[in-house]
Amino acid sequence: MIVAEAKPLEEILDSLKGMSKVLVAGCGGCVAVCLAGGEKEVGIMASALRMKRELAGEPLVTVEETLTRQCDPEYVKELGKKLDGVDCILSMACGVGVQFLAEHYPDMWVVPALNTKFAGATIEHGLWEERCGLCGECVLAQTGGVCPVIRCAKSLLNGPCGGSQNGKCEVKPNACAWQLIYDRMKSLGRLEQLVEVAEAKDWSKSRDGGPRQVVREDVKIDG
Amino acid sequence: MDFNPKIVAFCCYYCAYSAADLAGSLRLQYPPTVRMIEQPCSGKVDIRLLLEAFEDGADGVYVAGCLEGDCHFLKGNIRAKKRVNAAKKILDKIGIGGERLEMFNLSGSMGPRFAEIATEMTNRILELGPSPLRQARQAEGENREEEASK
Ligand code: SF4
Ligand code: SF4
Repeated sequence: MIVAEAKPLEEILDSLKGMSKVLVAGCGGCVAVCLAGGEKEVGIMASALRMKRELAGEPLVTVEETLTRQCDPEYVKELGKKLDGVDCILSMACGVGVQFLAEHYPDMWVVPALNTKFAGATIEHGLWEERCGLCGECVLAQTGGVCPVIRCAKSLLNGPCGGSQNGKCEVKPNACAWQLIYDRMKSLGRLEQLVEVAEAKDWSKSRDGGPRQVVREDVKIDG
Repeated sequence: MDFNPKIVAFCCYYCAYSAADLAGSLRLQYPPTVRMIEQPCSGKVDIRLLLEAFEDGADGVYVAGCLEGDCHFLKGNIRAKKRVNAAKKILDKIGIGGERLEMFNLSGSMGPRFAEIATEMTNRILELGPSPLRQARQAEGENREEEASK
């Protein structure tokens, strides 16, 4: 899932300066799962903002609405019914949701309530960790299901570096990704696979040259 | 100013709520400032509920759960405590003040302790005065009256 966390309240208040009616828009997707922008978090955020603004002598009216997802047009459309008299949308989705709302409501000022962090997983309730750097060409088959791009601090494709010590990375206190790769390959009897040298990765498939697209003619409805 | 605090107590059915009952049977006196809301477990309480109690005009709020290790749902009271602590931080940031919110632990047989907590919290809120939100609303109301009489 996309993992995000709330921005500091001061920053959000700052971006809502001068606004008197705000639609606090939640998202029922990833950010609800990582407890950052679902229905409950929308309620907490809206209540906190209302109280803070009332105390400042500038009362704020909030409309609360949590969409199934903010990254699909059919759900984003639903928000249109809620925009009466609204000055601004505070999106509690990831950066994708914020942009999608802005695109669909060109006359509306849209600001983010969250900082979008990474594509990751729930390690335990209340702890999320990055797992994928969205590189566009997955190498997990070569590395035993451990991503060297995001879990190795240097994104080495032929690791480890010389700094791997007792299973720990020299850059960060977490496990060395290449130790994890080695251990897993060893336990699965696939060590010989690591002898193969990985060639330079084609980074043009990653964050390079503007937004990437996935096109599937077979599932398109129009055209 | 005559200040009659409004205090909301979210009470777990298994402990604080029964303790309140017991306090009643024992004819113990405690301040009438406390409005109790029965919860199936203190762990039912979430941050939104706590904030909205203040928004709806409470001067103080507390959550009363079972003694640690004695929760009927194992960890509800531990979770409630974490949420209370998180809500305290939000209240500090907003300007309401985290000290207006507290977590207490007691068992169903602690009637006298129930009365003591109600008194303790009432005294704390009396000392702190009305919630800043209540003060702001009062000032706003007075302003409006003044404008209208002009
Ligand atoms: S190799 Fe690329 S696609 Fe695969 S997990 Fe790592 S970053 Fe993600
Ligand atoms: S110690 Fe391991 S994880 Fe850290 S940079 Fe070196 S190879 Fe990567």
